[in-house]
Amino acid sequence: MSAVVTGIDAGPGIDATAVAQGARSLADGRPLLELRRVEASYGPYRALFGVSFTVPEGSVVALVGSNGAGKSTVARVVSGLVRAKAGSVWLAGSEITRWPAWRIARAGIAHAPEGRSVLASLTVEENLELAARALLGRRRSKGALDRAFGAFGRLAERRHQLAGTLSGGEQRMLSLAKVLAVPARLLVVDELSLGLAPAVVDEVFGALRAVRDAGTSLLVVEQHVDRVLAMADRAVVLVRGRVAAEGSVAEVLPVVARLLPQRAPVAGAASSSAQHRSPQQPGGRPGRPDAE
Amino acid sequence: MALFLSFLLPGIPYGCAYALMGAGLVLTYRASGVFNLAFGAQAYVSAIIFSIAVHDAWPAWAAFVVAVLVASPAIGLAMERLLFRYTRTAGPLVKLVPALGLLIAIPSVTQMIIGTSTRLPSSLVLQTWKIYFRLGSTPVSGGELSTTVITVVVVGLFALVLRSSGLGLRMRAVVESPRMAELSGVRADRTSATAWVLSSLFAGLAGVLLAPLFATVSAPNFTALLVAAIAAAAIGGFESLPLVLAGAIGLGIAQQLLAGYLPSGTILSSGLRPAFPFVVLAIALVARRTLRQPAARDPLASCDPPALAFRAPARMTQVAVGSRAFSVLVAGMLVATTVVLVPGSWEFVFTLGTVLSIVFLSITLLTGMGGQISLGQAAFAGAGAFTAGQLAMHAVPVLAAVLLGGLLAAALGAVVALPALRLGGIAVGLLTLSFALLATNVLFLYPWSGNGATGLTVPRPQVGTVSFAGNGAFFWLVLAFLVLLAGAVKLVQGGTIGRELAALRGSERGSAAIGIDMRRLRVVAFTLSAAIAGIGGALYASLQQSISVNDFNYQFSLVYVVVVAAVGVYSVAGALEAGVLYAVLMQLTSTLSSRFSSLLALVFALAALTYVRHPEGVVAYGKAWVLDRAEQLTRHLQRAEPTYAGPSGAATGQRHGHLRPHLRPHLHGGDRR
Repeated sequence: MSAVVTGIDAGPGIDATAVAQGARSLADGRPLLELRRVEASYGPYRALFGVSFTVPEGSVVALVGSNGAGKSTVARVVSGLVRAKAGSVWLAGSEITRWPAWRIARAGIAHAPEGRSVLASLTVEENLELAARALLGRRRSKGALDRAFGAFGRLAERRHQLAGTLSGGEQRMLSLAKVLAVPARLLVVDELSLGLAPAVVDEVFGALRAVRDAGTSLLVVEQHVDRVLAMADRAVVLVRGRVAAEGSVAEVLPVVARLLPQRAPVAGAASSSAQHRSPQQPGGRPGRPDAE
Repeated sequence: MALFLSFLLPGIPYGCAYALMGAGLVLTYRASGVFNLAFGAQAYVSAIIFSIAVHDAWPAWAAFVVAVLVASPAIGLAMERLLFRYTRTAGPLVKLVPALGLLIAIPSVTQMIIGTSTRLPSSLVLQTWKIYFRLGSTPVSGGELSTTVITVVVVGLFALVLRSSGLGLRMRAVVESPRMAELSGVRADRTSATAWVLSSLFAGLAGVLLAPLFATVSAPNFTALLVAAIAAAAIGGFESLPLVLAGAIGLGIAQQLLAGYLPSGTILSSGLRPAFPFVVLAIALVARRTLRQPAARDPLASCDPPALAFRAPARMTQVAVGSRAFSVLVAGMLVATTVVLVPGSWEFVFTLGTVLSIVFLSITLLTGMGGQISLGQAAFAGAGAFTAGQLAMHAVPVLAAVLLGGLLAAALGAVVALPALRLGGIAVGLLTLSFALLATNVLFLYPWSGNGATGLTVPRPQVGTVSFAGNGAFFWLVLAFLVLLAGAVKLVQGGTIGRELAALRGSERGSAAIGIDMRRLRVVAFTLSAAIAGIGGALYASLQQSISVNDFNYQFSLVYVVVVAAVGVYSVAGALEAGVLYAVLMQLTSTLSSRFSSLLALVFALAALTYVRHPEGVVAYGKAWVLDRAEQLTRHLQRAEPTYAGPSGAATGQRHGHLRPHLRPHLHGGDRR
């Protein structure tokens, strides 16, 4: 694999990236997802400036960067929530740039957005049923629901409770169950472990590994950079809406260390919470989930 | 028992029509969060198409297909595609104003197309008044039979489809967050379009079924039908269709029973029957918990670009000075032409415009500044007017009577605010609407208040030896009131209460969290607003010198909101412009033939449709556009003359010149749109 490190001010380096990508696609086999010079903005505020990268079939790609780098916007462009202003998005060879979100979802991209990403006014069961019925049809939705409840016993206990009344952690769990209930080709997860207790984070990563082993490709946005890099095949580093580095995990590690010193994985270390706490908060309780 | 039955049975067809429309209201509310007041207009259109087609000797089934299965759903679909799909995640005012505009615009357009000749209603299946059989000794008419059967079958079928197809689930998902629903593979656009088509079908069906119960097919009948439907929907908590059905039929029956058992010939029996749905609505609004909870926020709202701040008044110095000078010039010219140049009728028109500006100021304060929707401002104005009239009859000086009228209206405002304390958004609007209806149908009819259709006479004021009896003199008096009140509103806007109101408009929870007492603030806002409306109403009474309940009909409350929102609800200037524009256009359109008599309402109703894109108002948007161009031009000229470096120019460049328009600081707080 060849890494393409274009540096922080990636303006002129984009062409080289595109050329290198062509070569890599051939080497790695067919990319499942490909972004080509994607630009996106929220009204007058521009968020992405010519972002290009690929997710090879069957791989796990980590998307890292500091706050406001455009990670969530990339995830939203992929799932069709935000439409690219320029550039194109390709899923297994067909262009999906202008597809509405529901069509992309039916084509096999599942997106668990960041934050409270459940429908609060629906029950737990209805949240799952909505996706299962729309994506699988009425007959096969029953099995999907049983699968989801089998995997998340906690949700089964609360299946008739309104999703808005679940605790934060349970809502994230439901959000994960929603995208796991229906088998997808590409799973886009955005800050799924944010605000979760360490034990639950382990559970979440376990679930993601199981999905990968089942053959689904993953595009993962995570604050636990070390943990996601440990599981990822490749990584994309975003800086201010531009791709600063892309390549195998080993190749991008130095860039991550330079750009995100407080987030960079310590060789062999596992304690991520210690890395995350800022020195200004010595009183922060160990293992506090919202230490960000 | 037979007497009871003979009162009860005629209530059922009304109840069924309420149920159909109530079900439609719940459906659109569930699928798009829009409280579609235009349903009344859709029912009217279907009824009139049906009656015209039948009178043109079409077979009844063909007329039914065109009127109910084609026309009404087409209108609903157009409304969803062109307007309400863009308001899904917007605040309650943005959803309400276009619906109000349509409620006014659709009958106006219909009237222009078909003319104003009276249309007689036609029966759908069975002859409405023919007796088909007897239940015991009570005759059962065709209308009672057909409406009951059709409604029960249609609503039952619909509830079944909703449950088994998953459409109900999809609708609930789409209204909370269209984007979350799409991530689950649901076609949000198609779901909400389906809901609008189906609910419009209900409205059309209700219109055709109910039309034969009235003597003629006319729009006001259907507006009255709409309010009963709202009450039924509120009984069902805007949620449960079976409860809506039960509530609606109960309402229809209760109305007939009241009419039967209350002593005839009194105001209570004639007034309470039409007002009854509003009493029920008010109780349901306050009692049902589901109506009090704010709707769940869209978790993916951040995918939308951040709401642009309302254009800040911060402009380049030259442009600001120029625009102020221009405003003063226009105002001065208006005053000068009114006093010096124009003869009789126009003098009256400008005075009326000034009075209306005062009434509209009350909407600026309550809705523009505080974000509280009121559909009952005409009732407050009427309270002020009738109080002034009664006091003037008892030899109180007119000027004092006007002020006391404002005082009584203020007290009423505080009273209405009390049940509204626990409500938010659209529910406050519906509550004030029910107050307005109660006022028009009951409160204003007594001899001690408005004296019904006969009304009161209110003289022009006389202060010492100065008489304001002449139109010219009275204009100066009204203008003085307007300047004082506009100044007072400006002061409130800039002061603590104004800041707190802006916070209330932005986020109720957020403002409670920073220590603002929401209850007190709401009572204050309603009281101040009602006081202004009351003074405006009293001045209107003195201007007209003779007023009746028809001058303060509840429909004016709706029109006022549409007019002010269309012109500009967020600034004091907007109220003044709206008042003058309304009066001038009213004068201009009064010379048109009766077919186009509603052109005035149509103009403002169409302007209200632009509210979705320009919540600051059409006129306010136009002004901002002109001033933007003026700034560009000024900057261009400055660049052309680099030698110019006067102190003010330099300061301007520093302060505003380099800020792009959307980055300008906004001084009046953001708005959840």
